[in-house]
Amino acid sequence: MELHTLTIHHLHQLLKNRQVTSREVTTAMLNRIEFSDPRINAFITVAADQALAAAAAADQRIASGDCQPLTGIPLALKDIFLTEGLRTTCASRMLADFIAPYDATAWARLKSQGAVLLGKLNQDEFAMGSSCENSAFGPTRNPWDIERTPGGSSGGSAAAIAAQQATATLGTDTGGSIRQPASHCGCVGLKPTYGRVSRYGVIAYASSLDQVGPVTRDVTDAALLLQVIAGHDPKDSTSVAMPVPDYVASLKNDVKGMKIGLPKEYFIAGLDPDVQRAMDDAIAHLKAQGAEFVEVSLPHTTYAVACYYLIATAEASSNLARYEGVRFGHRATGSQGLIEMMMQTRAEGFGAEVKRRIMLGTYALSSGYYDAYYLKAQKVRTLIQRDFTEAFKSVDILLTPVAPTPAFKIGEKAADPLQMYLSDIFTIPVNLAGICGISLPAQPSSNGLPIGLQLIGRPFGEETILRAAYSFEQTTDWHRTKAAL
Amino acid sequence: MSITQPEIEHVARLARLALSDTEKELFTGQMSAILRYVETLNELDTDGIIPTAHAVPVENSFRPDAVQPSIGTDQALRNAPDRVETFFRVPPVIE
Amino acid sequence: MNYQPVIGLEVHVQLNTQSKIFCGCSTRFGAEPNRNTCPVCLGLPGALPVLNRQVVESALMAGLATNCAIAHRSIFARKNYFYPDLPKGYQISQFEQPICEKGWLEIQVEGQPPKRIGITRIHMEEDAGKLVHGLGNGSGVDLNRAGTPLLEVVSEPDFRSADEAVAYLKQLHQIVTYLGICDGNMEEGSFRCDANVSVMPVGSATLGTRAEIKNVNSFKFVKAAIEYEISRQIDLLSDGGTVVQETRLFDPNTGTTRSMRGKEEAHDYRYFPDPDLVPLVISADWVERAEKELPELPTVKRQRFITQFGLPEYDAEVLTASRPLAEYFEETAAFAHNPKAAANWVMGEMTRTLNDSGRSIDDCPVPPRRLADLLHLIDKGAISNNIAKKVFELMWQSGKEPAAIVEEQGMAQVSDSGAIEAAIDQILAANQGQAEEYRSGKEKMFGFFVGQVMKAMKGKANPAMVNELLLTKLKG
Repeated sequence: MELHTLTIHHLHQLLKNRQVTSREVTTAMLNRIEFSDPRINAFITVAADQALAAAAAADQRIASGDCQPLTGIPLALKDIFLTEGLRTTCASRMLADFIAPYDATAWARLKSQGAVLLGKLNQDEFAMGSSCENSAFGPTRNPWDIERTPGGSSGGSAAAIAAQQATATLGTDTGGSIRQPASHCGCVGLKPTYGRVSRYGVIAYASSLDQVGPVTRDVTDAALLLQVIAGHDPKDSTSVAMPVPDYVASLKNDVKGMKIGLPKEYFIAGLDPDVQRAMDDAIAHLKAQGAEFVEVSLPHTTYAVACYYLIATAEASSNLARYEGVRFGHRATGSQGLIEMMMQTRAEGFGAEVKRRIMLGTYALSSGYYDAYYLKAQKVRTLIQRDFTEAFKSVDILLTPVAPTPAFKIGEKAADPLQMYLSDIFTIPVNLAGICGISLPAQPSSNGLPIGLQLIGRPFGEETILRAAYSFEQTTDWHRTKAAL
Repeated sequence: MSITQPEIEHVARLARLALSDTEKELFTGQMSAILRYVETLNELDTDGIIPTAHAVPVENSFRPDAVQPSIGTDQALRNAPDRVETFFRVPPVIE
Repeated sequence: MNYQPVIGLEVHVQLNTQSKIFCGCSTRFGAEPNRNTCPVCLGLPGALPVLNRQVVESALMAGLATNCAIAHRSIFARKNYFYPDLPKGYQISQFEQPICEKGWLEIQVEGQPPKRIGITRIHMEEDAGKLVHGLGNGSGVDLNRAGTPLLEVVSEPDFRSADEAVAYLKQLHQIVTYLGICDGNMEEGSFRCDANVSVMPVGSATLGTRAEIKNVNSFKFVKAAIEYEISRQIDLLSDGGTVVQETRLFDPNTGTTRSMRGKEEAHDYRYFPDPDLVPLVISADWVERAEKELPELPTVKRQRFITQFGLPEYDAEVLTASRPLAEYFEETAAFAHNPKAAANWVMGEMTRTLNDSGRSIDDCPVPPRRLADLLHLIDKGAISNNIAKKVFELMWQSGKEPAAIVEEQGMAQVSDSGAIEAAIDQILAANQGQAEEYRSGKEKMFGFFVGQVMKAMKGKANPAMVNELLLTKLKG
């Protein structure tokens, strides 16, 4: 039995029945990381000693009869989650040596169940990017084809699953940063409704859009992880105080009568034929199970990318102002005076994409431009949100592609930021509307690259998209296909 | 609309970013292209539309006025690039 | 040409909450640098602000006490600028939708009719930390103060003189201390003020260019700073110069203001709604409850003291200067049943002794009930007013009850006419010459005899009886 290939729920059974120990599983994972990561570069930091110690503690806990769903399960976190005592870099030179004095709430909840932290995963610097190329620690490579990117920004979170280096991971999704890499790496990625999971201790990119979510091998694991991390956190004013439903119980193989909308703006001419084929195949599967499909319209879709890049960069320009070399992080040496120190620190500490977004966001907020750019974008955001509200009057969920193409090659879009931004067109609207979406493996491309299917739900409609995703998964084997490494 | 290099320099100063000449030139071009693209938003009539700052309507998140333990100066200063006593130290402000 | 000054004030009121505005760190003053900090007020990555409810309650009280409209919905905004004492690179404040707007206060400058001063807005915000210069080659950053809650009270440019500005500041200071939301300590910066000063030709409709004078921390300095700035601007304009819009710093040592140019570059604060905080919605019920819980304000209390206790306006003004003093007086008056006597004692002996000892009324060793007991002794004629002052001194020192002190020290007033007559007879016999002088019309000799009798009786004789009996005997 290859322990590194198993799901959370499978491992949980084995751990609970004392068929394996967490130490064995953790060791298997660490070996797998050692074997594959020189080629993939999914990890920024591997915490082998701490992981083995946590595994030993989990084994004791299990021996005492306490085996929670995550007890002893080896996980890895995008390096955007603060972890007490273990460095958190956000893939930036700025935070290369930063050691947080506290844990992110999402991780603290997993930790309290006895989950084991294998290490911290690569990403685009400060979550700014769609390819995991913008990392101060080098790009992550797609386990399905190491010439290609794993997507981004949570590229490490998805690549680590595809390379079987962790049982499950957490990522963050601001404009598609969980769903798009999940799609490119053939895993399940869930972006919950804004406010469902605490953002406390997650390094902010764009605060009104950022949301934490799981990247897993299957839908059940996604539900299991969400179950633990979801819920109100008094430390995050924007987290919602609604009760957390039983997500695992919602996993029923039943879509009979479910109304699924196909937004016509997402199925445009010129969509990659492989992606179109994967969508058609998925629709056929779900239809066969009794789902009903209707065409809907989200008329403002075409404005989403522009709207997103104004709002996200404006918020980012302010969120990243704290990195100025005073209290933590990189500080430039040899500067003449305070202002030069700050300017030089930021020049050295940030990569090109981060600088570009800070510049754009600063400009969008600056005197004389605020109304034309930032305020305008917030109004368009209202229109985009209304599109979804309207659509959900007639359908239960929406089905769309995650990305216009399968994973692209490393360097392919690096020179043209705008082309890179446009690749997020199908995921960004979900963040702007604050609703939930899940990416799951559909029929791969003709040359064997994973292609993701996106199911979009109403605000706090995670149960419905999980149920549809689970039903789809029951009829396919795509999630079981493994990248050859 | 396109952005000029002096504007780029002004924005960089506001954002406390020292840009190299190459970066200035690169960003001038790239930001102009991005701005032209985002201006497609002007095709939409948004008169009377209420801007959305939060997608999910939450109101009134409070904490009670109760003192919680602080983290202590060791933890507070743990990542400090430079310190003196229990202060963070910064270079002098040059006028 | 004659010039008319135009002044507006921005007052920062530091709220006296236990914890900071967005985190649970203590607001206590004087801790070791960076002792009272946490991820939130250090601006560490990933930290998020959560609003202290008491700050909202305090802002609400301040708004209601200054006749403001309370916004049903208000939001927090980020004010973006870089400075080492500002941990996040932005200050969380309120910009477009503050909690209170459109209020007013009525001020009174001596010799002028009452004047209404408009309050543009009151908003909540966090304070920055402190930059300490001259620590080796560089400056030290202490973030203990970062995140301390402030109210910023912005007035309309309605003041036409420094005296008006000071009258307003004093009234606002009195209100926030009455409300119990600010300790009012100006030296420690709990109540500080920026003044926007401009001058324009009399009769002009266009405001002149204004200078902003930063952080003036006493009423005296406010007056001096504004007056200096007015004359500086008038001199400048009279000489054909122009006023530059700038920030100026008041120097208490020279009594002048100087430009801070160069220290501050032109700001573009890039305000936008803080996405980490949610809208604050204050229902009508909440406002109504806050209104009910509002303590009596100084102007109302002053009026009540006049009507309820029959006090002169001056007394009412002095006694309502601070809430503890007013409460002390009112309690004393309630026990003593002699409001005027209570007022005289609180304003006189009590205030003098407090000042001498450097104590505040809050830790006065003579509680109102004891002072009232003392007043009872005077009213009963058990002791004279002069003796009462000595008793008060002993009460202050010993904490004992006045009756016990009078008893112990044998200070009781003698109202026995026999004893007084005997003393008078003795004095008259010993001073026959002076008695003759009196009888021949030198009436001021009367005082001499009173003095002699009181001296003989060690000050304890009932003064009214001494007067009466002495008069009879001298005329006799």
